[in-house]
Amino acid sequence: MSAMTLAEKIVARASGRASVTPGEIVTARVDLAMIHDSGGPRRVGPILKRLGAPIWDPSRVALVIDHYLPADDPESAAIVDGARRYAAAEKLGHFFDGEGICHVVVPERGLLRPGMFVVGGDSHSPTGGAFGAYMFGVGATEMAGVLATGELWLEVPGTVRIEWTGRLAPGVSAKDIMLFLCGRLGMDGGRYQAVEYVGEAIRALPMQERMTLANMTAELGGQTGLVPPDAVTAAAVAAAGGDAGDWARWASDADAPVLEHHVFDASELSPQVAAPHSPANARSVAETIGRHVDIAYIGACTGAKLADLHMAADVLRGHRAAAGVTLLVAPASRHDQARAEADGTLAVLRAAGAELLPNACGICAGYGTARFGENVTAISTTARNFRGRMGADSSQVYLASPYTVAASAIEGRIADPRPHLSGASR
Amino acid sequence: MSGRAFVFGDDVDTDVLAPGRYMRLPIAELARHCLEALDPAFAAEVRPGDIVVGGRNFGLGSSREQAAEALKALGVAAVVARSFAGIFHRNAINLGLPVVACAEAGCIAAGDRLTLDLAAGTLVNATTGETLTFRPLAPVLMTLIADGGLVPHLEKRFRAPTTERSA
Repeated sequence: MSAMTLAEKIVARASGRASVTPGEIVTARVDLAMIHDSGGPRRVGPILKRLGAPIWDPSRVALVIDHYLPADDPESAAIVDGARRYAAAEKLGHFFDGEGICHVVVPERGLLRPGMFVVGGDSHSPTGGAFGAYMFGVGATEMAGVLATGELWLEVPGTVRIEWTGRLAPGVSAKDIMLFLCGRLGMDGGRYQAVEYVGEAIRALPMQERMTLANMTAELGGQTGLVPPDAVTAAAVAAAGGDAGDWARWASDADAPVLEHHVFDASELSPQVAAPHSPANARSVAETIGRHVDIAYIGACTGAKLADLHMAADVLRGHRAAAGVTLLVAPASRHDQARAEADGTLAVLRAAGAELLPNACGICAGYGTARFGENVTAISTTARNFRGRMGADSSQVYLASPYTVAASAIEGRIADPRPHLSGASR
Repeated sequence: MSGRAFVFGDDVDTDVLAPGRYMRLPIAELARHCLEALDPAFAAEVRPGDIVVGGRNFGLGSSREQAAEALKALGVAAVVARSFAGIFHRNAINLGLPVVACAEAGCIAAGDRLTLDLAAGTLVNATTGETLTFRPLAPVLMTLIADGGLVPHLEKRFRAPTTERSA
């Protein structure tokens, strides 16, 4: 059999073939389907009804309510209520209501394992690639097809391999890696192929940092973003109550051909900031230092997991947000918020003046009442700064790591986090 | 199919196609805000059969299929772009909205009269007299488009009379 990449091995397994070749269209069976309240029941339900099709396997469906919380208007309340009723009526195997953002909640419950083939009804679904699962986002109609049949069509992707040698410097994180890649390769740099992250710097990342990496494969334009499973993966899956199984088999063959192979030196990477209105506008922080900010936002699956809160607290410990700066923190899951409460991280953030928001997508998805107002300038740990996404069309959003957002909150302007590190989180 | 070209640039994202703040509204109302951040008159001026033309990476961003559905609701017959973001491309096909990746899309101007032949892979610009070519979609995806999208396609499978299913 010819040599295969990690992505090809998973697709071959899911499509019941001994091997697959990039470019061919296969029918792949899905191990788990993840949906949320926005693209989920309200959109897939009517389609399944029209088809007269039951869900192919409710035990393989996870529904997470994370977009329309808090449900503070009648339309949102109706959407959330409908999702709750759907979960009960369809006897879905996994239902999480107000537990946090799907990309964080599903793996924290041990539902992702190396080698799985998973679809999610959300563009940041590549987050699951951190666990060595082939996971990607689909729209609601396609999801309805998956729920009816348990399968979908897939053009077998080639692999874009991105290698990071060396080690990240203190104050530089996975978010900086991804912003740098968006700036360097563009938002179509992933070519809607499988991106594979390898190298010493990647292996050294803890699981939640790997999640940030895989998550922003969406911004890099890859279909999925895989981190080859290793002992860190196996330990994380086990800690979440899952079974990593025979994880070592899920690796690219050494001689498997790839489309592109990029190599970067992690030790040379500086904190990155993406200027409005695209992640591809990422440059070294030095180029935007001093820009006034009104809001510092630490939120979303990309930027408010426990590891992200730790980074922010490392910088904010013993400091307060500057006068006139609103510091908002929306922990990505209830579980991570509880852990941050228990280990003192939230106390540090509160002492810095942080206002806590619900464990939901919130401002990042452009939902809810906390959206940024006219002419506001914000710096955010989230993934996307498209015009008007997080607030008024006139709002300006800069993207950065939790370290950089926290340092900018203290100074009231975009700041290099490295002089602010207390070192307490490492 | 043929229609007038409505031309946009690179990186038309899903937030301008289907703005988050209108996502809780029915598709017909959401569609009135489609692309308004780039062209406030678009939804009012576009007519059934017209063709949206974009640059690189059209439809990047969210998986929200309302980005494609809103165009369809406005009667847009097809999207022609230099390249597409992957999820948008899948969504459009699954909704039966033809998507044409054409490297020369940049030479189409606003208001040009275009005629598309999806199977032949040709785009005739009646305004300039040019004919552009593109690689047609794979046959299995052309079938999805011809059926009107994934749902009508699956309806044939789930709703087919027993006699047809066994045939």
